[in-house]
Amino acid sequence: MMSHSPQAKSEARLAYAFLLPTLLVVFSIVLVPVIANFWISFKTVELSDLRPPKPIVKIQVSKWPKKQGDPFVFRYRIRNSSQKFPLKNILIRHQLPDGMLVQETDSRCSLLVNELRCVFDNWPAKYREKILHKFIIDKAFKTSKKNFKNSVIRVSADTDNILTNFNFTLKNYVKIFTNPEFFFVLKTTFLYTLLGTLGSLFLGLFAAQLLNQQFTGRGFLRGLFLFPYVAPVIAVAFTWVLLLDPFSGTLNTMLVKIGFLSEPLNLFGQRYVLLNLFGFEMKFPLALSTVIAFESWRYFPLAFLFILARLQAIPNELYEAAKIDGASPIQQFLFITLPQLSGIISVMFLLRFIWTFNKFDDIFLLTGGNAGTRTLTVDVYEQGFALADLGAGSAVAVIIFGLLSLFMILYFRFLPLGEEE
Amino acid sequence: MAQWRRVLAAGLIGGIAATVFTIIWGILLLFKGIEPIQISIQEASISGMLTGTLCTFRKLAGAKSTFFCTLIGSMIFLIFNGFSPWNINPEKNSLDAGLGTLLVIILTMWSARKALTGIELKSFDRDEIEILAIRIFKGIGLLFFIIIVAFPFVYMVITSLKSQMALLTNPTDLSISFESGLAVLIKSYHEVWTTFNFQRYIWISTIVSVGTVGITLSLSILGAYSVTRLRFPGRIWLSRSILIIYMFPAIVLVIPLYSIFSQLQLRNSLIGLFIVYPATTLPVALYMLKGFFSTLPAELEEAGRIDGCSRLGVIWRITLPLSLPAISSVALYVFMIAWNEFLFAFMFLDDPNIFTLSRGMVSLNSSEVPRQYLMAGAVMVTVPVMALFFWFEKYLVSGLAAGSVKG
Repeated sequence: MMSHSPQAKSEARLAYAFLLPTLLVVFSIVLVPVIANFWISFKTVELSDLRPPKPIVKIQVSKWPKKQGDPFVFRYRIRNSSQKFPLKNILIRHQLPDGMLVQETDSRCSLLVNELRCVFDNWPAKYREKILHKFIIDKAFKTSKKNFKNSVIRVSADTDNILTNFNFTLKNYVKIFTNPEFFFVLKTTFLYTLLGTLGSLFLGLFAAQLLNQQFTGRGFLRGLFLFPYVAPVIAVAFTWVLLLDPFSGTLNTMLVKIGFLSEPLNLFGQRYVLLNLFGFEMKFPLALSTVIAFESWRYFPLAFLFILARLQAIPNELYEAAKIDGASPIQQFLFITLPQLSGIISVMFLLRFIWTFNKFDDIFLLTGGNAGTRTLTVDVYEQGFALADLGAGSAVAVIIFGLLSLFMILYFRFLPLGEEE
Repeated sequence: MAQWRRVLAAGLIGGIAATVFTIIWGILLLFKGIEPIQISIQEASISGMLTGTLCTFRKLAGAKSTFFCTLIGSMIFLIFNGFSPWNINPEKNSLDAGLGTLLVIILTMWSARKALTGIELKSFDRDEIEILAIRIFKGIGLLFFIIIVAFPFVYMVITSLKSQMALLTNPTDLSISFESGLAVLIKSYHEVWTTFNFQRYIWISTIVSVGTVGITLSLSILGAYSVTRLRFPGRIWLSRSILIIYMFPAIVLVIPLYSIFSQLQLRNSLIGLFIVYPATTLPVALYMLKGFFSTLPAELEEAGRIDGCSRLGVIWRITLPLSLPAISSVALYVFMIAWNEFLFAFMFLDDPNIFTLSRGMVSLNSSEVPRQYLMAGAVMVTVPVMALFFWFEKYLVSGLAAGSVKG
């Protein structure tokens, strides 16, 4: 029960003070972007739109005065840097050197003491103009041509920021869902996620069985088996790519030399390979399978670590009782070990499933999402950055977010809160 | 002949073992630059079977019979392989062939003996057959795992030490040539270190990772302490949402962060990384520390409070010293995540002066850069993490175990 004593209040205040920085960071880097992602997905934003339109003003001197009383003519060459967006309420402020008397200037400009000001309502996209100024100089004028050309001009303008305006569209979602490729991406994602998860769990279970007994070198092997997971993904991914390279990779060359393959296989670059199974021609997704193999290889250490810990916690009495009842070793494994592991295996399955689903780096580094290995996460990059359509990329990210929420609901249904350890 | 089933089993195991070890020796020969054109699997398995069978006939105890068996087994192996096992020239590489033969036979006998320990096979006993099958399976499994785990790393190191010529002329030659001296051997490392500026990137990576660890720890210790020890409205809700935020993929954040950071001029700056990295590691750290703090007895802290410590004093003097192991594993785990991070470094950093190692690696992955440079870079990225891992394996393993909800 929460009491309302002053002590409880000060305790709560302290807790909020302790939590504030964390909440602030998580709020601004995780929650705000997630919301911003929804926002962007309903907008037409391209990568190049991130550079805001800028008003540019340059000085062009037409007639430089030689002596007192000479006319001094110069122009402002103004332009809007953006090809797409207008600028509004532009204000140009230019501090003039001493000794300049205005003779004739543009109707939008005026001289205030020594400051030349020009005001404009609107510069449409790509707008360009030249503004003429005519002055006469007196004896106070001492500036050199170079200094004058480089004199400071302060320009300010309002821009209609594409990210913050209120124009919304469903175009991005229409674009995503009408692309037949998208359903292939969806299928690839689920195949990769499911098989990658199962592969790493299977390898982990196998490896844990191997090390669930005392022998010399067991500690070393346990450390070794964690290598694929601990090493930076960028290092191991490139190593796999070189190792499996079709032209000068060791594996392909070896398999060709011993006659296992008649020609090298492009394991990361070939979409399908034709297999002849019992007289049936079958299209086998080659690159996708290699990527799944990599995923299983890289993440089996986690399943291994957890399953091994659980294995060592199974009481020996269970096995002894089973032996007395005449259970064979395989029966013991099937009817004691596996049921004892079912809890940890299902938790690992759900967690790994979510995390494999979220994975981007691995596929991006191995294949770049080519050859039929593009998953949803790689598609975000492809749409948003490779094709420079941030809106469409965000729309894919929203779809990822939706699916992920679904998985998490399942996860928390399955795993009552508070027992997550 | 009461033991004929056992002899049969020994033959079977011998066949399998000899085949496996012959293949492994064949692979090892690659590291010497010798190429086994064809590994004769049939010959190996048959001679293994014969060795296994023969040696079970004799009593397998005693040094004398072991010596005798090895001799006979080796002879069988050599005869079946036409005196050139692994099809390598026996005159030029007699040592490799001879040593290989001897090792294959000794290991074959050892495997058969190990597998048959305590197994009589007086009848086709189901238990004994299953145990035997499991042992064979485990033996092969162990070798399989060692090879698939270690080979890519060994390959990484060896490729980084080779020359472009050697790599292109014979990709299956995994030997390292020491003839041209040390300078040539580590040329790739030197190039990557200087020309490709990894000497700078390794510092940047270190600063970014250590900074991330520092920010994450200081924030998450306070946060985890609040969630476990202090009572406030919203506590339960908060501690549950940690786990949910923890499962957010970075890719969902990347487009909005890219857009916002571009407009705030935080993209292409290390400050941006110092903001983003702690945000991605904070939930993990909070989750791990929360779990650990709740195992500490609250009475100790209360005693400290009674003796006049402030809250911060209690955390500093009592909670922190008690949870040093947990904090070390969180620190290592966070360091590992920050050091290995790729996506944000890749998306945010354009200026080669502020690349982290991961980002620097991407610029090595180009058709104009020789592949041994790429592998030298890979070794440089990997070694610091691995060194930490081996020094603090105990902490890191518990950290992995506690925090592995993160992928």
